[in-house]
Order: sequence, then structure tokens, then C-alpha cells
Amino acid sequence: MPVAAISTTGLRKTYRDGQVVAVDGLDLEVRTGEIFGLLGPNGAGKTTTIGMLTTSVVPTGGSARIGGVDVIGEPAVAKQLIGVVPQFNTLDRALDVGENLYFHGRYFGMSRAEARTARDEALQRFNLADRATMPVMALSGGMAQRLMVARATLHRPAVLFLDEPTSGLDPQSRLALWDVVRGLQADGQTVLLTTHYMEEADQLCDRVAIMDNGRIVALDTPAGLKRSVTDGTVVRVHVADDGLGGTTDERLARAGAALHQRLPDAGTPSVIDNAVQLTMNGEGILPRVMGAAEDAGLTVTDLSAAEPTLETVFIALTGRRLREGPPQGPPPGMGKPR
Amino acid sequence: MTTTPTTRATTGPATVRAGGAAARTAFIGLLSRDLTVLRKSIKEFLPRTLLQPLLLMFVFTYVFPKIGQGVGGGSAAGEAAASAFATVLVAGVVGLSVFFQGVQAVALPLVQEFGYTKEIEDRVLAPIPVALVAIEKVTAGAIQCLFAASLVFPLASFVPATPVNLSIHWPLLITLAPLACLVASALGLSFGTFFEPRSVPVLFGVVILPITFLGCTYYSWSSLESIRWLQILVLVNPLVYISEGFRAALTDSPHMPLWAIYSAQVVFLALFLRVGIRNFRKRVLS
Repeated sequence: MPVAAISTTGLRKTYRDGQVVAVDGLDLEVRTGEIFGLLGPNGAGKTTTIGMLTTSVVPTGGSARIGGVDVIGEPAVAKQLIGVVPQFNTLDRALDVGENLYFHGRYFGMSRAEARTARDEALQRFNLADRATMPVMALSGGMAQRLMVARATLHRPAVLFLDEPTSGLDPQSRLALWDVVRGLQADGQTVLLTTHYMEEADQLCDRVAIMDNGRIVALDTPAGLKRSVTDGTVVRVHVADDGLGGTTDERLARAGAALHQRLPDAGTPSVIDNAVQLTMNGEGILPRVMGAAEDAGLTVTDLSAAEPTLETVFIALTGRRLREGPPQGPPPGMGKPR
Repeated sequence: MTTTPTTRATTGPATVRAGGAAARTAFIGLLSRDLTVLRKSIKEFLPRTLLQPLLLMFVFTYVFPKIGQGVGGGSAAGEAAASAFATVLVAGVVGLSVFFQGVQAVALPLVQEFGYTKEIEDRVLAPIPVALVAIEKVTAGAIQCLFAASLVFPLASFVPATPVNLSIHWPLLITLAPLACLVASALGLSFGTFFEPRSVPVLFGVVILPITFLGCTYYSWSSLESIRWLQILVLVNPLVYISEGFRAALTDSPHMPLWAIYSAQVVFLALFLRVGIRNFRKRVLS
């Protein structure tokens, strides 16, 4: 049986003499060659977990091995096996783009000639060849991120860690980075990434661990996670005021009950974000909902159907939304929040 | 560290190298990076290194004697005194340059890297123990200090209007110069790991200023005999031993006993390394 890329047992980190628990007994096994996602809100313990696996955070307890090497006992040996792209730009500002790669190769034991070859290959591969002599501060956010990935993979690490790799990137750069990560996986690179974008975890990861309050609350493939909550289509119905009074939630609850009466195969309706949410299966879902609404005398102002997302899973598991505060935008495939 | 050869199927290095071998190459890589940066920034390095000693020597040992102000006053006796002062000052200025280089080459870059660029977080991912990354910084800084001293010394000896009585004691110079450079660089590590970007003005205004003015650069330690309390007080100042060391190595002027110079420098070096490495680890590990 091959050595797991990452394996942790009871990995734990507390601060302030145990008063603050950042990571609470993590048992994790990441397989060689997979893209593994840690998904969770800010403060869930994702970055602390990456910190412990990459030697910058000293665990309070438990054990962690990368490619069979004890990260806590032999950090300097383990560092040969890891590549890290942190949340912020840590490029060497005193060096140009090419030198950033060249010296990284030197730090990891390459000879001058090997480092030059590795630098040139990486510049080509990551589309940075025409920028080799540019100062790193002149790079755009997307390019700087690409250079950080190029640098982190230059020494062929057993595991590449990406901490919130696309936060702060424009949508185009984000998609470009996804392509880069998929390309790396095609070459056999094991990747562990953290994200609070459920779409990113869904699109990119083979398996996802949902973290909350320092613990893993669910771990499966994205499809498996979604199936675990519901195996249907999530339908969201916005309706106009029926004029019968009550609070918005009461009004929507009435509408949900009326719809459910006419659509008995739909799951129990719920009220989320000023809309009635139903889970349904089969064909012709939207016409059926419209028909039921008309029958019940409801005026539908907006209607959408979508596969369940990891956000749905997160809400089901924790009772909270993934991102704190007001939603920054509509989840994909869902109607506009009112 | 033990060797842990592991073979992987699809990705990663074929074998993991022993910790010692990996650390050695990483150390050399980090050092060559720092020297490359020095070479690339030579245009800033030269004026920053040379201007202060040049101005000090120019005003104190050229302008003052010429205008009959300050040390020496135009008479024959005054001329001899001016010459003796220039001799004292040459050694002090070399020491001062070494000290400033320690601050500029090690402390200020570290303050930035810890404070906002966070570059250091990438540097400590090199396959090398964290303490050795700090020691590499001290080594690169010391090389920069030596380079600065070798540029400043000839400059300082040629500027004065009055003759400078140099007398180079090679065994002292080749031992004390590297030692002084290591002390200055290790002090830079302590400062750089202690101060936040916003407290840099405090570093200069409250820490560096008294060190330089009370560091036996403009006068020899033995000449402080007439102000006994000050002579004892300045013993806590590491720059005193750096200046006195260069005084012993470059001139025949009176200086502090050699055993005191050597042992104090060794003690300060050990202290600054200990404090600096401890702070460094605290800053990069949590």
C-alpha cells in the first residue's frame, strides 16, 4: 500500500494555555495524487491546519506525517516534501521573477545548472517567460499567484499546499488558477487547498473536508456530500405578498405549505433568504411548481432550480451560512436575494 | 538528523535527503541570495555606506583644523593634537560603519520582512532548521559589514588635513574585524526581530543614537578616565569594544586591554545570537 501523502492523528492546536482551540483533534488522510479541499468559514482552523502541516505552527498535540516523514519531529526534513502558496504575497521583492525561481531551486539543493533549467521550465510552463527579468512587484495579482505556484512546485514537492489560493483574485484569474491546479494534478501532484468558496471546493476537489470550529464535520467527495443532505434539485420560489398579513416568514411559511399540499413528492419546504425552498426530483420541475403556485393563487415573482451546493451541505451541518455577514453575492444558479 | 529515504510513486523527489545535507545546501543558497541582492543594490550600498564616514572625517578632521575650531587650533601643539584626534577618529569611524551596517543589512530588512512583506515566511520554508536561517542572516550581514569596513578604512585615512598615524597590527585585525562584524550583525538580528515597523523611529532616536555617541568613536575609552562614571557606564555599549578593537588593530593609540576587547565581543556575540534566534523563532513559529 502506498504511503499516504498526508496523515494526521489527533492533531491539535490551542492558544492561550488551551483557552482558544484552533484545531481540535484532526484525523486526516490525504491520498497521493488527489486534490483535497478544506472548506470552512474564516476561523474554522483551516490555515492553522496548513500551518501545522507546513512546520510554521507547532502543534499542541497529535502527530502529522507527510509522505511518511514526521513533520513535528523532523521539520527540516519534512520541508523538502512540501510546497506552500500562502494567503499573501511572499515573493522575494529584492529579486526578479526568474531569480525568485532560481534561488528557490538553490535553497532546495539544486546545483546552479539544475536551478537554471528548472527556472526556465517553470517560466515556460506557467506562462511567465516574457516576464523573467521583471521585478515581482510589477506583476498583477494573478501573475504573482502563478509565480508563487511555480515557485512552490519547482522542487517537486510531494504535497502542494494552497491556502485560500484565489481569494482576492478577479474571476478570470481564479479560473486560470483552477486550470493550473488541474494541470498539476494531471502530472500526479497531490494538492491540499483551503477555501471558503464552496464553488471552488466543488469544482476543483476530489474530496472535501468541511471544517467548523476546528473540527471536521463532514468528509466526502463533493457529490457525496451533497447527496448526504439531499438527492434532489433545490427549487427556490419567491412569491408576492398575498395580502393576508403576518411577518414575511409567516407569509412564506403559508405559501410553502400551500405548495407542498399540491406537490406531495417535494420535501418539507423551508424558508431561507426570503424564499420558499423545496427539494424535488424528476422531470419538468419548474412547470409543475408554476402550476401548483397558480392553483394555490400565489403570484410567483422569481423561480429558480439548482443542484444542491456545498453551501446547502454546510447550512445543513452547522445551521449557519458559510460566510458570515450579509451574503456577498447570490450562490450560483439561484435567484437574486431580495 | 536521520536519513529518511522514501520512494514515491508519482510525484515528489525520488528520495528525501538527510537533514544535514539539505540544511547545508539551503544555507549556501540563502547566503548566495543575500550576496546577489547586495551586488544588485551596490548603487544604494555605496553612498549609504560611505557618506556618513566621509562627512564625519571631512568636518572633524579637515574643516575643523582648517578653520581653527574644535580639536587642535592651528599652533604646532594644536597640529599634533589634531593629528592624534584624526588617528583616534579613523578607528572610531570604521567601527561606526560596521555597527551601522549591522543595522542596515540585518535589522531594517528583517523589520520589513516580519512587519509587512512576510517574505521571511517563505525563507523559513527552505529545508533548514529555523535557527540556521537566523544564523545565515547574521553571516550575510557580517560579510556586508566587512565589505563596508574595507571601503571606509582607506577613505577615512585619506580625508584628514593632518597626518593620520596608522599602524596595522595584522593578527589583531584579522581576528577582531570579523568578530566585530559578527557582533554588529548579531545585534542587527536582535533589533530586527524585536522592533515593529512603526517603532523604527524609536530604534534610531532612542537606541542607536546613544550607542553611537557613547560608543568611543570620537574619543578613546581610556581618555574617559577623567569622567570616571561615564567610563564605567559605557561598558554596557557593544560599540565601545568594536571601536576600541579597531583602535588596537589599526593604530598605536591607547586602547582598552585586549583581553577585555576580545572577551566582551565574544560575550556580546553570544548574547545577541541567543536573544536574536529566540526572537526569530518566536516570530516565525506559532
